[in-house]
Amino acid sequence: MNAAAAERSVFGVIAEFPSATALFEAAERVRDQGYRFWDVHSPFPIHGMNKAMGLGKSTLGYIIFCGGFTGFATAVLLEFIPSSYLYPLIVHGKPVNFFTVPPFLPIMFELTVLLSAFTAFFGVFLMNRLPRLHHPLFDFEPFKRVTSDAFFLAIEAVDPKFSEIATREFLEQIGGQGVTVLYEND
Amino acid sequence: MAEPDASTVAFVERMPRRPLVLNNHSMAWISDRIAGIVENKAPLWWWITISITGSFAAFGTFCMLYLLYTGVGVWGNNVPVGWAWDITNFVFWIGIGHAGTLISAILHLCRQKWRTSINRAAEAMTLFAVMCAAIFPGIHVGRFWMAWFLAPIPNPNWIWPNFRSPLMWDVFAVSTYFTVSVLFWYLGLVPDLATMRDRAKGKVSRIVYGILAFGWRGGNRQWRHYEMAYLVLAGISTPLVLSVHSTVSFDFATSVLPGWHTTIFPPYFVAGAIFGGFAMVLTLMLPARSLHKLQDVFTWDHIDVMCKLVLLTGSIVGYAYCMEFFVAFYGANPFERFAFLNRYFGPYWWASWTMFTCNVIMPQLFWVRAFRRNWAIVFFVSMCANAGMWFERFVIFVISLHRDFLPSAWRMYYPTWVDVFTFIGTIGIFLTLFLLFIRFLPMVAMSEVKGVLPEADPHYHPRTDPESESRKEAHA
Repeated sequence: MNAAAAERSVFGVIAEFPSATALFEAAERVRDQGYRFWDVHSPFPIHGMNKAMGLGKSTLGYIIFCGGFTGFATAVLLEFIPSSYLYPLIVHGKPVNFFTVPPFLPIMFELTVLLSAFTAFFGVFLMNRLPRLHHPLFDFEPFKRVTSDAFFLAIEAVDPKFSEIATREFLEQIGGQGVTVLYEND
Repeated sequence: MAEPDASTVAFVERMPRRPLVLNNHSMAWISDRIAGIVENKAPLWWWITISITGSFAAFGTFCMLYLLYTGVGVWGNNVPVGWAWDITNFVFWIGIGHAGTLISAILHLCRQKWRTSINRAAEAMTLFAVMCAAIFPGIHVGRFWMAWFLAPIPNPNWIWPNFRSPLMWDVFAVSTYFTVSVLFWYLGLVPDLATMRDRAKGKVSRIVYGILAFGWRGGNRQWRHYEMAYLVLAGISTPLVLSVHSTVSFDFATSVLPGWHTTIFPPYFVAGAIFGGFAMVLTLMLPARSLHKLQDVFTWDHIDVMCKLVLLTGSIVGYAYCMEFFVAFYGANPFERFAFLNRYFGPYWWASWTMFTCNVIMPQLFWVRAFRRNWAIVFFVSMCANAGMWFERFVIFVISLHRDFLPSAWRMYYPTWVDVFTFIGTIGIFLTLFLLFIRFLPMVAMSEVKGVLPEADPHYHPRTDPESESRKEAHA
C-alpha cells in the first residue's frame, strides 16, 4: 500500500485459503472467536457453510411467500371484479358469483408463481445490497480469482473485535495465506 | 479433520462414485475451458452456421411481414382447418421449451447433480423456443396491432376478457412461464457473469459483464440468499412447468371436437413436451460438445441418462397414443371412433404413422446401452423425436379438424410456401439465438459444475477419494 492509501480508513483484513475444506475449518474458528462482520468468498456455495459461519436459514423464503400471496390476491381481484361486478359475462351458462371459481384457478396459480418469482429474483439482490459495482474487495488484485478457483475470508474493520494487528495474526494462525489489509474506496 | 472410518473407506473403494467431470480437472480448468469459448475468437464453423441460420431467420421474418401486410389468406388455413401449421408450430416450440425448466427445476429438487453441465444451455434453449412459440398466436390473428386484446384490460366497449376461457389461461401460462424462465436463467448466470467480468481482458467486456453481474462477490452471505432463491424458484417452477403444457392442452381438451375432447390430454402433452425437449437438448448439445471440446464436462454418462429420459417419456407418449385409440373404441361414440380410424387410415395416414414411428418405436433403441453411447444413433433418434413431435401436433390439430361431424364440411388442408418458410424461419431464429448465446455467454454453469466436484465438499478427504493421487498429479 502506498502512502496515500495509508490515510484512507481500513476496510478490513483478507486472507486466502487453499481449499474449500480449509476455508470451512477457518470459518468455524472465526465464528468461535466471536467475529460478526466477516464473510467467506468462494467460487460456488459451500455445503454447510451457513452453520460453520453461525448463520441461520435465509429469511428470503418468507418474503417470497408474501410476494406469492400478493400475486394470488391480485388474480382473485382481477378475475372477480370484472367478471362478477363490472361486466358480468355469462359464458356456457356458468354462474358469475363465487361458484365460478374453478375456471379461475389457473390464472390464480400463474399469478402466484409469477409474483413469487419476481420476489425471489429481486429479493436475493436487495437482501445482498446489490447491484454494487464498486467494493473495496475488488481493489485487491488476487480477489479476481474468487470467481474461478480461489477461497478468501475477509473480516471487516467495523467488527467490534477487529484490530488491525491481532486480526491479522489470527488469520495467519488459522492457516490464511497472503493476509492483506484492505482500505475503503475514496 | 477426523479420519474417515475403515468401513467408509472400504465402501468407497468397492463402489467409487462416477465422476461428473472426467480426468480430474481442476476448477481453474473449468473456468478456462468454458469462459475460453466466449473469450477466444469465433471459429469458422460458427460464422458459416450463423450466416445460414440467420438467412433463414431473415426470410422467415419476411414471410411474417408479408402475412401481416396481406392477411392470413397467404397461409393454407381454410374453414374447417382454422388451426393448422401456426398452432402446430406454437405447440411444437412450447413443448421444446419444457426440457430447460425441467432440468433446472425438477432435477434440482431431485438432487440430480449431473444436471449442472447441461442446465444453462437447456434453459437458454427454453427461452428461445418460447420466443419462437409466442410469434405464432400473435401473427395467426392476422391483425397484430390488436394483440393487446389478449391483455386483461377492457376493450373500447368496456367488455373484459373472459377469464374462464382456456385461451386466456394460455396467455397467462405462457407469459408467466417465459418470465419465470428468464429470471431463473439469469439468477443462475450471475455468478458466471462475475467470472467473465473478473477474467475480462478488454475494457468494454469488463464493463458489460461487470454491469450484468451486479457486483457479485461470491460471499457466503450472498450465496445464502442466492441458494434460497434458487431453491424456491425450483420449487415454484416445478408445478409451473407441468401446468404450462396442461394449459396448452386445455385449449383443445375443453372443446367438443372428436380427437380433442379427451381427459388424457394434460399428462399426455406434458410427457410429449419433455420428450421433445430432451431430444432438442441432445440435438443441440451433441454437436456443441464436440465442437467446443466439452467431452469431459458433458460426458457419455450425461448423454446416457438423458437417453433414458427420452425412452421413458417416449414410452409414456406411446401409451397415450394406444390408450386414446382404445378409449375411442371402448367409448362406443361413433364420431370418436371415426376420428381415430381416420387419423391412422384416412388421407393423412402417413403423418400419423410417421408420428408413431418417430416417437414410440425409434426411442426403444435406447433400451440397449451401446446405442445410448453411440453418437450417430443418439443424434438420429433425437432428430426422429424432433420430427415426430412436430407431426404429433400436426396429427392432433389438422387431422381432427379436417373431418369433423358433417361430411359436407370436410376439406383437405395443404400448406403454402409462406407456411413452410415461416416455420423454417422460426427454426432459423431459434438456432441463431442459440449460436449468439454460446458466443457471448458461458454455455455451461461454471459455478454449479465446480460445486459438484469432489473437492468442493468441505468434508472431502483424500482417503475417501480413490483417485486422489491422479487428481494431485493432474493439478500439479
